[in-house]
Amino acid sequence: MVTFIQFVITGLRLGSVYALIALGYTMVYGIIKLINFAHGDFIMVGGYSLFFLIPVFMGLGLPGWLAVVPACIICACVGMLVELLAYRPVRKKGNKLTSLITAIAMSFVLENLAQAIPAIGPDPKIPYTLFSATLSIGGVAVSSATIITIVVSAVIMVALYFFTQKSRIGRAMRCVSEDKEAAILMGVNVNHTIIITFGIGAGLAAVAALMYIAQYPKVFTTMGATLGIYAFVAAVLGGIGSLPGAMLGGLLIGMVQSLTNTYISSSMSDTFVYLVLIVVLLIRPAGVLGKNVGEKV
Amino acid sequence: MKKNGIGRRYLINFIATAVFFILALVVCGNGGSRMKLSVVPSIWQCCYLIIMAASLNLVLGFLGQLSLGHCGFMAVGAYSAALISLAFQRAGFYEEKSGVAFLLVLLLSIVAAGVLAALLGVLVGIPALRLKGDYLAIITLGFGMIIVNVINNIPFCGQQGLGQGSASSALYATGLGFSNDEKVQYLWVALLTVILCLSLMFMFVRSKYGRAIRSIRDNEIASESSGVNVNYYKVLTFTVSAFFAGVTGALYACSNAALATTSFAFTNGSILNSVFIVVMVVVGGMGFLTGSVIAAVVLFLLNYTIKNGAWVAALPAFLQNVFTYPMLVYSIALIIVIVFRPKGIMGSSEFALCDIPKWKGWLQQYFASRKAGKEELRHE
Repeated sequence: MVTFIQFVITGLRLGSVYALIALGYTMVYGIIKLINFAHGDFIMVGGYSLFFLIPVFMGLGLPGWLAVVPACIICACVGMLVELLAYRPVRKKGNKLTSLITAIAMSFVLENLAQAIPAIGPDPKIPYTLFSATLSIGGVAVSSATIITIVVSAVIMVALYFFTQKSRIGRAMRCVSEDKEAAILMGVNVNHTIIITFGIGAGLAAVAALMYIAQYPKVFTTMGATLGIYAFVAAVLGGIGSLPGAMLGGLLIGMVQSLTNTYISSSMSDTFVYLVLIVVLLIRPAGVLGKNVGEKV
Repeated sequence: MKKNGIGRRYLINFIATAVFFILALVVCGNGGSRMKLSVVPSIWQCCYLIIMAASLNLVLGFLGQLSLGHCGFMAVGAYSAALISLAFQRAGFYEEKSGVAFLLVLLLSIVAAGVLAALLGVLVGIPALRLKGDYLAIITLGFGMIIVNVINNIPFCGQQGLGQGSASSALYATGLGFSNDEKVQYLWVALLTVILCLSLMFMFVRSKYGRAIRSIRDNEIASESSGVNVNYYKVLTFTVSAFFAGVTGALYACSNAALATTSFAFTNGSILNSVFIVVMVVVGGMGFLTGSVIAAVVLFLLNYTIKNGAWVAALPAFLQNVFTYPMLVYSIALIIVIVFRPKGIMGSSEFALCDIPKWKGWLQQYFASRKAGKEELRHE
């Protein structure tokens, strides 16, 4: 029973980090129909921003987690820059395939650029540990980082859902993702909306980075690659383009991973995650909550 | 008349290839120690990169589907070639890496590597190709990772091979793994494999199958309504591409003393990974086989000189720092190519030896048309 509770809690914790990252993927995909492979690397940018900013905030006498605010802003700026410099010119000229290849290339640029910066370098760094207290729930030791991760992601997801449903910008986003041409005719500034989407998605990546380093206190330049791929799998699993789908997919992937780690073998968790993805895509090609839209001729 | 023209083209290409083949063998066979230590191993590496890029071009350039797990098929080819030859060696079929017996085993393992990878290609292709575009990319990525992950966890493919030792990410014993001397001795095998594979791929894309595949790339719905069996052709192309990737794996097993699954990952520090192969295809031109060959050789040389060349040391310190991470240079180059030439540097116009005399005319025509275009703009 204790193992089972442990497995559920680990699954929820992993899953909520994946869900936060998957939200960024799914928002960008919904609006420009592009898999933003560089999204994983926004987490890396967030991780390093936190690594440098937390000591500064502690030195000023502020709580360390407040550093997530400037980290969010840095991440959002990087996300907007990537959109402006790489994705927008390619979107104007090429087709879907070329955009996808650009996204992959952009991810490599970010990873390797970070390594080339002397202050970062290729070696992993250990950031300051936040939320290190542990609690006991039903005989199982749970770190406060776990609880904060689960609660904060739940709050953000609900807030984001209402943001996209009710606010003006959120409505514009849904508008653009439904029909770009019609949105232009209705007076929505499409390019602004796309940029804001990138900003929000990348900002969420910084929050995810905070949650991640609270659990695994280590930052390195390729940390985003694996995390990003899992989150992406989560987004696809839930139905890419759908916010509740991303949350569901994230939790599902977290559970599968934690299940494999607990009961089978940690080295096989990749295989099971992808097997679940493949099986789901074969049964429902648009994901669990995705809508299957037919192609117009 | 037209038929004669084609015959002449084939004849010229055949003669040119044969001359190149013999010349390469003679030069490499009689070279000094530098030839043996650096040039011939580089040619081996180029050989497998060329087939790899060309075979991915079948899927990416001609079929128009992005596959991100291509190195997975190469891994299957490499491991099966290494293990099959190892089994023969352990059974005492051959002792030294010479003689007719070894040649037979070598041939068998190359073909078997291709066939096994092709079988896996069918298995992966049938479910995966039901999806399109982005979903296909991610599912092939997943399959590539599963292949690597499974190989890591099977004791049969770990450490000393064939069940000796536990599961691991490295296979130390292979029946192939040529030394530098053997690489010179068997250079003809690598070159002949490249020539055969490329000819087969050329014939494939120029056949009626190739036409059907290109029609799928250009407009799937239109080709389906004209009676092209889209799913059949997609799986067929995927399988053919996997076959050649498997053959590449066999060549890889020949030129490396030990195999490690990290070399077939989605990304890694070296030049051989699924992303880099995509870079080669895109830079060379999607749907342009000779372009893939040129891009593979050029990018290999670039990578080689970045790692070993003296010119990097002569650069200012900041640039040197950038060149320590060659992937950064390649990915920026990839973005620039995609932004300015979405179809790749050389587009999809195929290269032919017979057309060389016509090049001057073409160039003149090109500049004339550009000039005319500029004049027109000015008048507007």
